[in-house]
Amino acid sequence: MGALRTGTVASRPAVGRSGLRRAEARAGWSFIAPWVVGFLVFTAVPMVASLYLSFTEYDVLRPPRSVGFENYRELATDPRLRLALWNSFLYTALYVPLSVALALGLALMLDRVTRAAGFFRTAFYVPSLTPTVAVGALFLWVLNPSVGILNRALALVGVDGPGWTTDPAWIKPGLVVMSLWSLGGTIVILYAALRNVPRNLYEAARIEGASGWAEFRHVTFPMISGAVFFVLIVNTIASLQVFDEVYTMYFGQMDSGAGGSAALFYVVYLFRQAFEFLNMGYASAMAWLLFVVILVITLFQLRVSRSWVYYEGR
Amino acid sequence: MNRNPDDHEDRARYRRPLTALALAACLGLAAAQQMEASGDLRVLGFGVPDEIASVRVDRFRELYPDVNLQLTEGAIDQQQLLTAIASGNPPDVVYLNRDDLSTYARRGALQPLDQCIEQAGIDVSQFRPAALQPVTLDGTVYGVPEFNNIVLMIVNTAALDEAGMALEDLDTSDWEAIARFNEQLTTVDGGNVTRIGFDPKLPEFFPLWVRANGGQLVSDDGRTAMLDSPEAVEALEFAAGLHDAAGGRGPFMAFRDTWDFFGAGNQVASNQIGAWPMEQWYVNVLVESSPDAPVAFAPFRDRQGNVLSFATGSAWAVPAGAANPDAACAFMATMTHPDTWYAAAQERARLRAESGATYTGTYTGNLAADERIFGELVQPSGNEAFDRGVEVILEVQDAAFSIPANPAGAEVRQAWTDAVNRVLNGEQTAADALAQAQQETQAALDEAWAR
Repeated sequence: MGALRTGTVASRPAVGRSGLRRAEARAGWSFIAPWVVGFLVFTAVPMVASLYLSFTEYDVLRPPRSVGFENYRELATDPRLRLALWNSFLYTALYVPLSVALALGLALMLDRVTRAAGFFRTAFYVPSLTPTVAVGALFLWVLNPSVGILNRALALVGVDGPGWTTDPAWIKPGLVVMSLWSLGGTIVILYAALRNVPRNLYEAARIEGASGWAEFRHVTFPMISGAVFFVLIVNTIASLQVFDEVYTMYFGQMDSGAGGSAALFYVVYLFRQAFEFLNMGYASAMAWLLFVVILVITLFQLRVSRSWVYYEGR
Repeated sequence: MNRNPDDHEDRARYRRPLTALALAACLGLAAAQQMEASGDLRVLGFGVPDEIASVRVDRFRELYPDVNLQLTEGAIDQQQLLTAIASGNPPDVVYLNRDDLSTYARRGALQPLDQCIEQAGIDVSQFRPAALQPVTLDGTVYGVPEFNNIVLMIVNTAALDEAGMALEDLDTSDWEAIARFNEQLTTVDGGNVTRIGFDPKLPEFFPLWVRANGGQLVSDDGRTAMLDSPEAVEALEFAAGLHDAAGGRGPFMAFRDTWDFFGAGNQVASNQIGAWPMEQWYVNVLVESSPDAPVAFAPFRDRQGNVLSFATGSAWAVPAGAANPDAACAFMATMTHPDTWYAAAQERARLRAESGATYTGTYTGNLAADERIFGELVQPSGNEAFDRGVEVILEVQDAAFSIPANPAGAEVRQAWTDAVNRVLNGEQTAADALAQAQQETQAALDEAWAR
């Protein structure tokens, strides 16, 4: 009886814990359910659908027709696709390092500003709130070779500015300049990371006689390397998918024709295949190719990051 | 390409609502053949920015009070249209570019209009051939033409005077004369272009240059690409070469992008252009923004000296699966009926007279409508230049051509546009660029016809 009582008493907490776990699990699922449903409906299902469509000929207007790997074979021989991929790579290679370096520089400045810090934080961030289409329209004027503010500024220091919007060789650098307008998000992330660097590390470094550069090299950068890595990954992915501003500037109503080849970025070409030429199957195959390209680049970045990213908890 | 203020919403200076006078005029006019129509009618791609639209829409509402007309304003959004069709919920009427219509028609996304034309008593013979051709695929009409944009020459007479030239000296049938004119009138100051002598308007008017040289981009049946013909190559070499006087495409475009195109300081008023081929709606812009500008108008001519023009425009169509095809048919018939056009033009003429401005006409795809509008409403204004402009527009209407209907309209346009841009940007020779475009276009046509 005593043993039975003991056993009964002993089993009660087990049942209670199990019930509690189930209750917690239910609560957990109910909290994340909106995200799960959103992910399934707006991401997972469309991804699976696009994978299926990539093996079909599909124009939306009629049912898809299976074509096997034909779309993928066509990807390999499409000269415009190679051009679009090259344009996107080149833009990314120019924009990502420049944007991270500039954002880091501005974040470091913000970190040192004591007076009117709120004003500067706002001033740096507000441009990134400008709608992307408006940015495209705005920069057609800013970058205009004849009357644009950029070339006028360059002329003040004796530099003959290039044809940012008319010379195919300068169109991608012009787009990089335009993209720097929306640097606010990157600055905020790096600034937050800088604020989290323990101040006692700087004190210790100064006691050891470290120079400003040594302080940055051995204290600041390692401590914010996780954030830098994050913005590198995010900006790389975003750069490979840039669309709105480029389409507005070179393929919309304001099309000057100059960007026909130089500004044919990957997602612009994908959009045109899908919604202008009605080649949804081919566009789906393009989307999956871009997915694989981004995956490979990201995995490479992850691999390389082991040698320079410092995670405090590890 | 610049937008047409007649069929888009960017120049909404003339306001609804319709005045009592115009309404009375509407009600008094004979209607298109009245049909039985009721229920909801959803129209995609058409806004009501001015009296030309609002008078016609109001007329439809008067004639068909049982139809609940719902307009989705703004230019046609292909994503919106495709999504609506794919989800089985297409609009009843769609307003789209005539060049894109046959692509949708070939894919079964649009309804043939034979029955509608018969039921509504639409007189197809009233439509201008260049407006009807792009909406007719394999002998079947899929669209009802709306506005008709044609090309004429606009000339800055101040620049002509400066160069000691007369309007007659600019003979577009003589390409050497065009080149000389361009050289003489293009001015560059301190490395910056200050005036373009002759703007060939590339890439958008490349089809016009090819036609002027005796070629065409696509065969009349819409099945064969003809982009690499000697005529096309020569036309591109010549027209692209006109940028050289300004120092190339870069300086040319950098200067052109600074123009106050719709303002009082436009390129004619500011003496920034010698001459250029342009769509006729720009005559309206000039008469509104700078009526005293030193301007003259002339027909564009092919190399044999014949008047030539290039027509583009919009059309109405009914998507397959539209829930209310009867109301759709009634709507299209009403919107494009000569009486309706006339009522709208009458209201515009009245508003122009009220504001002391010159009315230079409304240019439709309907010959009967144009005859009434220009016969009864458009009066000599006393401004000799613009009065002559109206005469020129009417003169060139019958000489207009359009790109034949084909089921790969967007891809064909993209192929030749890219080819022209590659030449302008110095990436390829005209022959190489057009050879590539020929392959791309033929592949797109073959694939589209095979579907």
